[in-house]
Amino acid sequence: MIRFDAVTKEFPDGTVAVDDLSLTAPTGKITVLVGPSGCGKTTSLRMVNRMIEPTRGSIALDGQDTGRMDQAELRRGIGYVIQHAGLFPHRTVLDNIGTVPRLLGWDKKKVRDRSRELLERVGLDARLGDRYPTQLSGGQQQRVGVARALAADPPVMLMDEPFSAVDPIVRDQLQDEFLRLQDELGKTIIFVTHDIDEAIKLGDQVAVLRVGGTLAQVAEPAYLLAHPADDFVADFVGRDRGYRSLQFQEAPRLPLRSEPTVTLGETPATDAAWLLVVDDRRHPLGWVEPGRIGGRGVQDADLHRGGTVARSGGSLRGALDAALSSPARRGVIVDDSGELVGTVLAHEVLDAIEDTDRPERDEGDPVHGGAVAVAGDEA
Amino acid sequence: MNILFEWFGDPANWSGADGIGQRLWEHLWYTAVTMLVASAVALPLGLWVGHTGRGRWLVTLANSARAVPTLGLLLAASLWLGPKLPGDFAYTVPSIAVLAILAVPPLLAGAYGGIDSVDGAARDAAYGVGMRGRQVLWQVEVPNALPLMLSGVRSAVLQVVATATIAAIPGLGGLGRFIIDGIALADYGQAGGGALLVAVLAVLLEGILALLQRRLVSPGLTGRAVGGSRNDDDSAGPEESADPTVDLRTSV
Repeated sequence: MIRFDAVTKEFPDGTVAVDDLSLTAPTGKITVLVGPSGCGKTTSLRMVNRMIEPTRGSIALDGQDTGRMDQAELRRGIGYVIQHAGLFPHRTVLDNIGTVPRLLGWDKKKVRDRSRELLERVGLDARLGDRYPTQLSGGQQQRVGVARALAADPPVMLMDEPFSAVDPIVRDQLQDEFLRLQDELGKTIIFVTHDIDEAIKLGDQVAVLRVGGTLAQVAEPAYLLAHPADDFVADFVGRDRGYRSLQFQEAPRLPLRSEPTVTLGETPATDAAWLLVVDDRRHPLGWVEPGRIGGRGVQDADLHRGGTVARSGGSLRGALDAALSSPARRGVIVDDSGELVGTVLAHEVLDAIEDTDRPERDEGDPVHGGAVAVAGDEA
Repeated sequence: MNILFEWFGDPANWSGADGIGQRLWEHLWYTAVTMLVASAVALPLGLWVGHTGRGRWLVTLANSARAVPTLGLLLAASLWLGPKLPGDFAYTVPSIAVLAILAVPPLLAGAYGGIDSVDGAARDAAYGVGMRGRQVLWQVEVPNALPLMLSGVRSAVLQVVATATIAAIPGLGGLGRFIIDGIALADYGQAGGGALLVAVLAVLLEGILALLQRRLVSPGLTGRAVGGSRNDDDSAGPEESADPTVDLRTSV
């Protein structure tokens, strides 16, 4: 558990970056600090490993005041991932990963084995181990950065906009894998981002900070979207919050219809306006308009790929988006292996939404309302 | 050209206390001592300025010292220091001091510039993973500063080798003797031969240092790393092997 107790940071020029911040990041959970530029989120993060020293207040790691610990030893016990990875250009990927174990004096063989294990763990090919950072793509560098932070198996991780410098598709992948990794490892993580979507996707708890470094609200993501504490938070979580909050609501049993399909090369035997194309494993490929093909086999070029695909048992957001984005207006639903289950119409998803409740409002403190419960922490 | 061949061809010019071998040895010796003295001052200072960010004015000051006329300084130093020093030191100390002053600016600028140009994110990460100041300096900053530091060393060596010739004016040995004496005696074979030897020596040293630099600098910094560029391997990671033609992505 990381606990900020009335922490203030005032820089020598008089700027107050963080103002009287009290916050608890519970053990084994991801706490996201989010807010506009100048809200002090990075400063707050960097005060945890004392890259920046607080002016007032204290930060405790599992009850121990970090201000009293040896700086370097404190940092070796905390995984640290930064925006541009910050890999050491003169060291190979494996040597980069093994940095902290080497500082801790592990023997060479153990460092080497551990580095290889982590390379694999973050989804990189073993052959990349002997490469140098300049030979990697941005996404790969970021993975190595995460592996380096995990190398000595620290219980706590600090992540400062780790995925913001990569393109959106890679970012999405990195986020998904990060969540998968966290499921396995259960680290206590503080994660800084300016992207509310990322905050909501990754956070077990999201702390919204406002310019001037004060805490506007801290809550679970679904609660934050449903009950912003004030106009600032409402504004920051954005206009689409109603839609985004559907992400946290598992789709109930939707009334699926079975969908006639065709495979590539086959000639459609129907005059329906839209026909779903699947591959030989019944994975959806896209939609075609049989009327425009005119009696020949379906070719790759005929495919409309605009529709998204939702997983059965996934979120309402996914199901609704699948229906809305489908050219046929029928949302494609697949099972966990990607195989077609059926289709659903938007109004059927909406009916399901109307049958679900918004997250309950807690009584009491609006700023800390709906925050993740902390074991052994009195209110 | 003939007078050059004549001079190089005469075996008498190669041996003895004022032969080519001896003068070459003296020249290398002055260069080595000068580089040692200058490096001992300039490299630690440059590393300190780069690492702490303090005392940048020292680099500026050293750079302005490049404008000092070497010959004038050499004669002044010899006149002032020479009588106070015993024996050979009367010639060597002032000369080496002046040559060292010449070598300091490129060494200092290279060391400082090398450290200063280290990627800020890498430095931040070095402290962030728990390296102490000295560990950051020796494990991250210096290895990354090496290309610029060694460039500084190379240009300092070139300058010292070339300029050590004028140390023959106040009476020091080295290859400069051939040039100065040759001109004085109107023996242009000797003067030209000396000049040619200095040039060859400079090129040789430059080559040796370039090889040394290749050995010392990490392949990660020079682009000579194994396996080619980062885009040549599409199985390198999931984000690069994703099939770009499939747009139907499972939404969360």
